[in-house]
Amino acid sequence: MTTKEKVDYSHIPPAVGCSNDGEPIIQVRNIRKWYQVNKALPFIGKIDWLKAVDDVSFDVTPGKTIGLVGESGCGKTTTAKMVLGLEEPTTDGEVPIGQIYFEGEDVKTLTNAGRKEMRRSVQAVFQDPWSSLNPRMRVSTIIAEPLEINTTMTKKERDTRAGDLLGEVGLNPYQGNLYPHEFSGGQRQRIGIARALALNPKLIVLDEPVSALDVSIRAQIMNLLVDLQEEHNLAYILIAHNLATVRYMCHKTAVMYLGVVQEYGDTEAIFAKPTHLYTNALISAALPSHPDIVRDEIVLPGEVVSPVNPPPGDVFMSRTPLEVRKNHIYTKERPPLVEIGKDHYVVETPWSTVTGHDLSEFHLSVDEAM
Amino acid sequence: MVKKAASKTTKKPTAKKGLDTDRFGPSTIRDEVVLEVKNLQTNFTTKWGTVKACDGISYSVKRGETLGIVGESGSGKSVTALSIMRLIQSPPGEIAGGEVILNGRDILQISESQMTSVRGGEISMILQDPMQALNPVFDINDQVGEAIGIHQKVRGKTRWEKVVDALRKVRIPAAETRAKDYPHQLSGGMRQRVVGAIGISSNPDVIIADEPTTSLDVTIQAAYLRLLKQIQSETGAAIIFITHDFGIVAKMCDRVAVMYAGRIVEMADVREIFNNPLHEYTKALIGSVPKLEEKTGRLPQIDGQPPLLYDLPQGDSFAPRSPLKYDEKDALIRPELIEAKPNHFVQLSRCSVKDFDKYKDKVSYG
Ligand SMILES: Nc1ncnc2c1ncn2[C@@H]1O[C@H](COP(=O)(O)OP(=O)(O)OP(=O)(O)O)[C@@H](O)[C@H]1O
Ligand SMILES: Nc1ncnc2c1ncn2[C@@H]1O[C@H](COP(=O)(O)OP(=O)(O)OP(=O)(O)O)[C@@H](O)[C@H]1O
Ligand SMILES: [Mg+2]
Ligand SMILES: [Mg+2]
Repeated sequence: MTTKEKVDYSHIPPAVGCSNDGEPIIQVRNIRKWYQVNKALPFIGKIDWLKAVDDVSFDVTPGKTIGLVGESGCGKTTTAKMVLGLEEPTTDGEVPIGQIYFEGEDVKTLTNAGRKEMRRSVQAVFQDPWSSLNPRMRVSTIIAEPLEINTTMTKKERDTRAGDLLGEVGLNPYQGNLYPHEFSGGQRQRIGIARALALNPKLIVLDEPVSALDVSIRAQIMNLLVDLQEEHNLAYILIAHNLATVRYMCHKTAVMYLGVVQEYGDTEAIFAKPTHLYTNALISAALPSHPDIVRDEIVLPGEVVSPVNPPPGDVFMSRTPLEVRKNHIYTKERPPLVEIGKDHYVVETPWSTVTGHDLSEFHLSVDEAM
Repeated sequence: MVKKAASKTTKKPTAKKGLDTDRFGPSTIRDEVVLEVKNLQTNFTTKWGTVKACDGISYSVKRGETLGIVGESGSGKSVTALSIMRLIQSPPGEIAGGEVILNGRDILQISESQMTSVRGGEISMILQDPMQALNPVFDINDQVGEAIGIHQKVRGKTRWEKVVDALRKVRIPAAETRAKDYPHQLSGGMRQRVVGAIGISSNPDVIIADEPTTSLDVTIQAAYLRLLKQIQSETGAAIIFITHDFGIVAKMCDRVAVMYAGRIVEMADVREIFNNPLHEYTKALIGSVPKLEEKTGRLPQIDGQPPLLYDLPQGDSFAPRSPLKYDEKDALIRPELIEAKPNHFVQLSRCSVKDFDKYKDKVSYG
């Protein structure tokens, strides 16, 4: 491995909640993914944009996990895909430009060598351990595949490394001779993790890594991920629906709604004082860990709205039970994240937070929620 | 959606009277057993051998009660439910023994045509995924109406009125208009309610809710759970809730049966299960889930894999994964389900129950 000189972060644009501390591996600044959902005629029709991700910024640092949480369709996977280089951030036409930096360098201007280095350094493990492994390949070949593509290791060296990796994820090296169908769900997820580890990555994107697994296996995999993180100083981006998983695994958390981060910061700061109404609604709906814990639910009016042509102002506007004042600036303009505590940021408008309210005000009945 | 001002001074949108169902208070249980399953056995013949998917299951539910059936994938939860409904496909499956006593008679003994009216009548199954349960090419009236038509033998205007009434019961606004919609025209939450309306249209005495493994959004799941509670309070039905998730058990159930490898290993009131679990498997399932309410330290985990049912260890099938130290010969003893404390049942094995000695007088191998 080449030793790198100290990374220069001075040119990275500032973003709320992001500092250059901790030598970030990845820095995301104001990225957007807008999908064009109709074909507009030149000069006539207006383009309909599906704003899957709209102006998201965060830093990913070694040894730390950042959680992206929010309901289905809020843009978690799309964000991760952009970090992985599987999707390009949208920058054409009327869309403002955002950047992704890999160790201080804009990924768009990386050299070939830099690009290769990034591909090695950023790996992914997906939700479904059933479909993400090639059924016709032996497990050792699956694990060694990235080595074959990205290194000059010999077959023998690769096999040895695959055996080591199997051991590292709690499987037996001889199991490398088996095929994926000979493993259980939890074991397959271990294989996926071993494969992601093959090239000594710095960051692994984990998209719902345990939600398809049996409850009795989830703790095994979460603990394995935590151990590997400590051992290799890995950074994780963890995507999850489950808030308890996020609290267990993540140092930082970004709560997303409709492509926009609504609350961001230190995980414990957020759970100690959840401030955005949406965060509170998610927490109130989460399942209790004991029958004596009874949470009064906050049921937000309406349903998650379509991300096609969202309103120009606050995207959460249509879900708040609070009054939205007509002509308020944030009905027309995106409200920014505001620092409300140590490493704790929230989108603040008169209608989007619980600040100044008693939570019981929001415990809506089912009828009112429909 | 009409927006309402809810600023502090003008209005407090607190819950209305009569809507305490969404507060998840204890359900009103009547002291009347509606369904009793006795020593139910269901086998599958596979090329690897006989799978005892449901290996002598016994439990009962009372009117208004919610019984949770929890256990990992493949433990036989759905097979037990399908056996109760007599929906096991034969071959490869076969109900090999036992009784299912519903409203006083053994429904394993009645004719298939009688069973057809029991299914979706006295006992009905609700699926959590509304898209799976609804047919996209028929409108809501057709689908709810079909269920009502079968069991209540009504047609035309009466049927229509009953459809609208059923939709109102699950609080679908503008029910007359909605009844003419197709599934895709409804929101997810609304579709769930339609499925609920179908489920209760026959006024079932027992509802089986089999939750698939797929993870739903928390808010959608919460709405589904609210709906079930609401249906229960409206109909007084007993609910058998099949789940992987002890969080659902904590929120929904009065009593819990924990299944492992085709058998019940522990059964008790929900608080008793959470506060004083006796079986190591129950302890592990409860302990291995991270908590939302506090920052959890390293999670205790259950090592090993769920067993293959065609290749079960002879005696205590949980023994290989048990954290307790035990003598190999004890693992060969097939443990019995005993009543350790009043209404607290445990499959008593030296390998899987730490307090074995306390209860050993209750078994022949003690
Ligand atoms: N290729 C695409 N073309 C058009 N729209 C897309 C495309 N990919 C994703 N979307 C839309 O972008 C939005 C965000 O999708 P994304 O997959 O990022 O959500 P998510 O937060 O990962 O949800 P889930 O929890 O269901 O995985 C959704 O509305 C989705 O339908
Ligand atoms: N048609 C079948 N042929 C052979 N074996 C079957 C069949 N149906 C079920 N089984 C076996 O019966 C056992 C119990 O299955 P069941 O579906 O009841 O599990 P479950 O507890 O509901 O699991 P899950 O939580 O994944 O739904 C499994 O080992 C399964 O392989
Ligand atoms: Mg996703
Ligand atoms: Mg099942």
